[in-house]
Amino acid sequence: MTTAVSILPAQQLAALNGAYRQAVSRRRLRLLWGTGIFAAALVLAAIGAEVNLRTLFTYFGNFVSYFDRILTLENGQRVWTDVGEWFWGWRKWLKMLAETLLISYVGTLIGATFAFALNFFAAENTSPAPWLRFVVRRLLEFARTVPGIVFALVFVIAFGLGPMAGVLAIAIHSTGALGKLFSEIVENADMKPVEGIRSTGASWLACMRFAIVPQVTAGYASYALLRFEINVREASVMGFVGAGGIGQELVVAIRKFYYSDVSAILLTIIVTVFIIDIATGWLRGRLFGKEART
Amino acid sequence: MKPQEVDTAQIRARYPDVFDRPASARLATPAMIVAALAILIYGLVDLDFSPSRFFAGLSQLGWITLMMIPPDPGSSLPIYLKALGETLSIALLGTTLAAVFALPVSLLAARNIVPSNILRFPVRRFLDSIRGVDTLIWALVWINVVGLGPFAGVLAIAVADFGAFGKLFSEAIESADQKQVEGIRASGGSALHEIRFGLLPQVLPVIAGQVLYFIESNTRSATIIGIVGAGGIGLQLAEQIRVLEWQKVSFLILMILVAVAAIDFISGKLRFAIIGRRAVA
Repeated sequence: MTTAVSILPAQQLAALNGAYRQAVSRRRLRLLWGTGIFAAALVLAAIGAEVNLRTLFTYFGNFVSYFDRILTLENGQRVWTDVGEWFWGWRKWLKMLAETLLISYVGTLIGATFAFALNFFAAENTSPAPWLRFVVRRLLEFARTVPGIVFALVFVIAFGLGPMAGVLAIAIHSTGALGKLFSEIVENADMKPVEGIRSTGASWLACMRFAIVPQVTAGYASYALLRFEINVREASVMGFVGAGGIGQELVVAIRKFYYSDVSAILLTIIVTVFIIDIATGWLRGRLFGKEART
Repeated sequence: MKPQEVDTAQIRARYPDVFDRPASARLATPAMIVAALAILIYGLVDLDFSPSRFFAGLSQLGWITLMMIPPDPGSSLPIYLKALGETLSIALLGTTLAAVFALPVSLLAARNIVPSNILRFPVRRFLDSIRGVDTLIWALVWINVVGLGPFAGVLAIAVADFGAFGKLFSEAIESADQKQVEGIRASGGSALHEIRFGLLPQVLPVIAGQVLYFIESNTRSATIIGIVGAGGIGLQLAEQIRVLEWQKVSFLILMILVAVAAIDFISGKLRFAIIGRRAVA
């Protein structure tokens, strides 16, 4: 089969080719400019961050050998040859791990409760007054933007060392993050039930309870579970500033060069995070069906 | 009109699963709530929550808040500005490094590039375990290697994001359209040509958007890795909190908030410019 390919007259072709080349070269120029600016920013950042490639090359061996060392027991054997010796402190670590999980659980639950209480005021379609919405939104934004560990640092001073500071820090941070997500769910909710209930003369509270809440609980629970997952990670480092959990053990092990302990605790944390990820994923799928998975 | 007589018994008989739900189904929700509350109460007891401690702390917190007003940097504003610059540098460099190293690895983790499950599995698990370790932990490890300072922070963010980027990029690659790759193959291109001309033009805008988003979120991470000694504004913040200079603390927190908002704004604009309106999530 042959097909005729129509070829434009040379003159017309030249004009089109010229226009094409011009368009491409304009794009290339813009890309070049962008790359140039980005490279300049990188160089500036490298100076600002005191990047020293010589240090990196001299010490990069240290990074590799660090992992070699944390996988070696004190008697020079590889850690997995003597698991009992490697996980010598497992009773203590498991207890700290349980504390970490409890911190994230309690923190998430408190945070979700506050987010639940606040999010109707933050959502555009249900907020009773614009000024209230503005205030609540800024409040949630603040709670979300300040990192959890900064709250923990302050709370450790106010409430004393211990898991309480960690729980409250996680609770505040979760309130901010969940409040935003919850209010977005509410904004996507169907408003017809609200109108129906309002037309019967119901109060604002009744509208929320009977028209909005039944629509949004599945989404709320799904996000709260997701948040719990994130909070487990966050709780594992709360101990760095003295706010409870397994981070305390880890930071001591790293700072005092108890090499095999570092790998044992890290492995414990990673495995726990995996298990929690899988478990919450399964639970979300189980509770809300496939479509609610995010 | 007279309301119709309702024969409840008949309706009950007709819809047994509405009226006579088994006890297990009716009790499931309350049982879950009770269990959740029980764990909560156990947690509160186990974690030493006591009302007296809580309220004492709360009043302490009130005092601290009062002492934070007005925010005042004292004479250390230049130091703080330099620290903020350091933080932004850490975020930018760390994210770029992570993206550069993650791109080739993400190709190995993508189903349409490496069809073999056996090859892909270890790469994916490797990325997962890197993601399982928090940035702060990486910062501590790098401090042991290259010493205190912002450089350790850059490397910590680079490693932590390497795991995240590897996963995100490979997902972007997997969702790319295969037809263009097939077109390149049909015209006689090699495997590398397929990636360069068939795949990269599709995924680069997505990747650029993700990188920008991570620069944004890493500005937040970079503010905290200073707490363990890896440079940036977090170092100043942790120090001022320890010496109870609350006015400086509130000033630093404000600085962080403003910087994060500014970066959010800029990267939002840039993402918009790169990937257009429809893809801005």
